Amino acid sequence: MTPADLRAAFIADLTAIAPDLDPAAIGDNDHLQDDLGLDSMDFLNLVSALHKRFGLPIPEADYPRLATPEKAVAYLAQMLAT
Amino acid sequence: MSIFTMPSLGADMEEGKLVEWLVKPGDNVSKGDIVAVVETQKGAIEIEIFEAGQIGALLAEPGQTLPVGAPLARLGAADVGAPVVALEPAIESPKAVVPPAPAPPPTARPPAPGGAIMASPAARSRAAELGIALEMVAGSGPGGAILLSDVEHHVPVALTPVVEPVAVASPAGKPGLDMAEMRRAIAAAMSRAKREIPHYYLTHAIDLQSAQDRLTAINAGRTPDQRLLLGAFLIHATVKALAKVPELNGRHEGTPYRASGPVHCGVAVAMRGGGLIAPAILDAQDMDPDAIMQAMRDIVVRTRTGRLRNSEITQGTITVSSLGETGVDALIGVIYPPQVALVGFGAPRVRPMVHDGTIQPRLAVTVSLADHRVSDGRRGAIFLAEIDRLLQEPAIP
Repeated sequence: MTPADLRAAFIADLTAIAPDLDPAAIGDNDHLQDDLGLDSMDFLNLVSALHKRFGLPIPEADYPRLATPEKAVAYLAQMLAT
Repeated sequence: MSIFTMPSLGADMEEGKLVEWLVKPGDNVSKGDIVAVVETQKGAIEIEIFEAGQIGALLAEPGQTLPVGAPLARLGAADVGAPVVALEPAIESPKAVVPPAPAPPPTARPPAPGGAIMASPAARSRAAELGIALEMVAGSGPGGAILLSDVEHHVPVALTPVVEPVAVASPAGKPGLDMAEMRRAIAAAMSRAKREIPHYYLTHAIDLQSAQDRLTAINAGRTPDQRLLLGAFLIHATVKALAKVPELNGRHEGTPYRASGPVHCGVAVAMRGGGLIAPAILDAQDMDPDAIMQAMRDIVVRTRTGRLRNSEITQGTITVSSLGETGVDALIGVIYPPQVALVGFGAPRVRPMVHDGTIQPRLAVTVSLADHRVSDGRRGAIFLAEIDRLLQEPAIP
């Protein structure tokens, strides 16, 4: 998958959990909790959706690496490549 | 044969808009089945039926706004000698109502049984607040009963509360949810709580480090969909602690007050874009943290993006309000009437705590209790201490 594909998949899972977010208005460096208002339940649901989509384990220790769309795309690319 | 009516989904609900039927005449229904969807200030709510039988006829059309108590459907056959129940005319949504013409003289209203004026409790209360005699108000409810909206519209223009349009800067909430209406409903419930309930407050700092360590160990061996949040431990401990102080679990509706056996634990869920709904996890008393977590996930997702059921928003016996990870130290809440206790958790944060005789950085949370008529501070303190004790023990073997 290209980074653009990964980003599209990430944004799709994010907006499924927070349907009021406008996909076009989400910035690459928006912080999921601080800027986009996700709480711990939303975040866990997002991690669950990414786990289901990509089959990655995504341990809790890696949560900080999903803090923004840009970081998450880099993380997913790295994990899928190994 | 019986009549299924518009249910009351909260003390301040006067009417609801029927959005959709999920059954049709001839369908067999069991107790607890979801038969219709009604729109309220809390969004679209799935309505359960509390009787088994066959749907005889639907008496209301989707799109109609009907007062609480208005017939929605007939259950069973019509030809068993039951009185014919006429469909009450739909009343218009308050937003669309033009202030009525001057009220007719009292004699214009059909006399109610016993000569009393029929009015909803909310209408009586509002009329008393505004100093309006109910005799002067024209009723638009069933049988000419006076509804809250009738009282509101009777108010001289200068006194009519104005609902400010919500600033567009805030993000849009859940589709179909009227944020101004929700804010009004919250204001009404909280004003009532502060007017009628003598609150007292207790706070207590709980060391959460060992609970957090257990959680981390549990989650390390699980896929994300099976992981727990600290909030599940907090709610689990709260529910279990009620076994020691059972009088804090209940609804203060009749006299004498009777505590509830089952624990229907309300969970305050913040809506994205503002507002708050506190649906209840039903029968939480027997749930382990995994079951609590699953119920929380389900109820949070349905509160924000789906539909709640009427039992979940009308049967809560206690409410837990938790600020979550990004909040501040403490939450001192307001009781959600007719409940008798509200448990507030601040954000868990690393703080200096004395542990094993030394000061250590430990994760800690401040829990508060707001409580009133049914207990005193000593009982409340036992309750908070029990929550603390339970959080120090492994909740999952």
